[in-house]
Amino acid sequence: MRIRLHLNGKEITAEVPADMMLLDFVRAQGCYSVKRGCETSNCGLCTVWMDEKPVLSCSVLAARADGHRVVTLEGCQKEAEAFGAYLADQGAEQCGYCSPGFIMNVLAMEKELENPTDEEIREYLAGNLCRCSGYEGQLRAIRAYLDARKREA
Amino acid sequence: MTERCKMDPYLVGSKSCFFWKKGKVEIVDDAEVQNRRNMMFTIREYVKVSSLEEAYELNQKKTNVIFGGGVWLRLGKKHIQTAIDLSALGLDGITEDADAFSIGCMTTLHTLEIHEGIHAYTKGAVRESLRHIVGVQMRNCATVGGSIFGRFGFSDILCCLMGLDCDVELYRGGRVALTDFTRMKKDTDILVRVILKKSPVETVYLSQRNTATDFPVVSCAVSKDMQGYRAVVGARPCMPVEVRDTEGILCSKAITEKQIHAFGAWAAAQLAFADNTRASGAYRRHIAEVLIKRGLRQLTGGNDGCGFGCI
Repeated sequence: MRIRLHLNGKEITAEVPADMMLLDFVRAQGCYSVKRGCETSNCGLCTVWMDEKPVLSCSVLAARADGHRVVTLEGCQKEAEAFGAYLADQGAEQCGYCSPGFIMNVLAMEKELENPTDEEIREYLAGNLCRCSGYEGQLRAIRAYLDARKREA
Repeated sequence: MTERCKMDPYLVGSKSCFFWKKGKVEIVDDAEVQNRRNMMFTIREYVKVSSLEEAYELNQKKTNVIFGGGVWLRLGKKHIQTAIDLSALGLDGITEDADAFSIGCMTTLHTLEIHEGIHAYTKGAVRESLRHIVGVQMRNCATVGGSIFGRFGFSDILCCLMGLDCDVELYRGGRVALTDFTRMKKDTDILVRVILKKSPVETVYLSQRNTATDFPVVSCAVSKDMQGYRAVVGARPCMPVEVRDTEGILCSKAITEKQIHAFGAWAAAQLAFADNTRASGAYRRHIAEVLIKRGLRQLTGGNDGCGFGCI
């Protein structure tokens, strides 16, 4: 079937199989930041934004994205880099495999929650698994990043 | 060897593979391994319908299916001829009037979770039932219609809504009480909306999970309405069911700790529980009793009994 969508600001028209997942579609379009970690809708590695909302691209059909705006990490390099620096500062990155999905969800959280508490941050990010760390470094990075953003504002 | 096969049915050897089937080890070649792995969900055609009538007609065919969020369907092995998409029908929102909230079937779980009106009206019960489900991204995919129509035993939101006062609106079947709907056979009708009525009912929702973000081992909604107290218990692991205080255990103005204990024990004894990979039936019964008591304590304004030894 034919779909038309905005991927990272660019309009794309493509012919896709009815059961193609958005994850496979965006990777075929060269967005290799999007990873398949679990294949059971649990790990959050494949997180992309559809109309500004974070979704699991492994669980959304490419057909569903027809007429919508999809953003992957490739489409928000500047914000991702800004937050990525905080992750690196805290030594929170180890293998880095889960980082793209994690960063996409942190940036989505920043838009959705106002002054979140640590508890709210943990809850929002519960669907992002990391098998290297104990999440403490990430939490420190998020706190430092959000505090810095608040000072800028 | 047999034990390992039991743990991992896809234990691949160099040229062959062992499968554990009905208590026997089965040896198959690589081609068959691939074949079995290919047995996952497929869709031939995808149709974004322009009316419910069109969707209903398509849905009469056994191999066609209404596609909600698709999060559960994609984990199965169904071969779907036509996936019917309702997303162009404007059924993805929540409206409120004087008597009820109307929740469109394509509303995502996260939209329902952050709806301020429903949050305030249910005193946090609906949000509590949703916030433990996997993660925000998954709740932005899964739909209310899919969760309720599927009548899944593990569904937190089904259990919670049964504890409130809800109807479902079916395209052909009209308005049906949610509790009656759970007893109906799965048919080819379409769930259009869930109507959350603003009745005088107070509900507390609680669940127990082996690990955060997992399916619940027991889900529980304890409510007080005009007819008295009731508990809805789900993930038994089958569908949620309601136990009403027909014995009048809680029929007094002030509820004592003794009555709470008595109702918890009585209600848990009325229900059937079974084993699955997450927990045994006996464990579920024990946990259900604890959750019912905690729910009652919260409802009656007492200590919710989360401390050790206070079950």
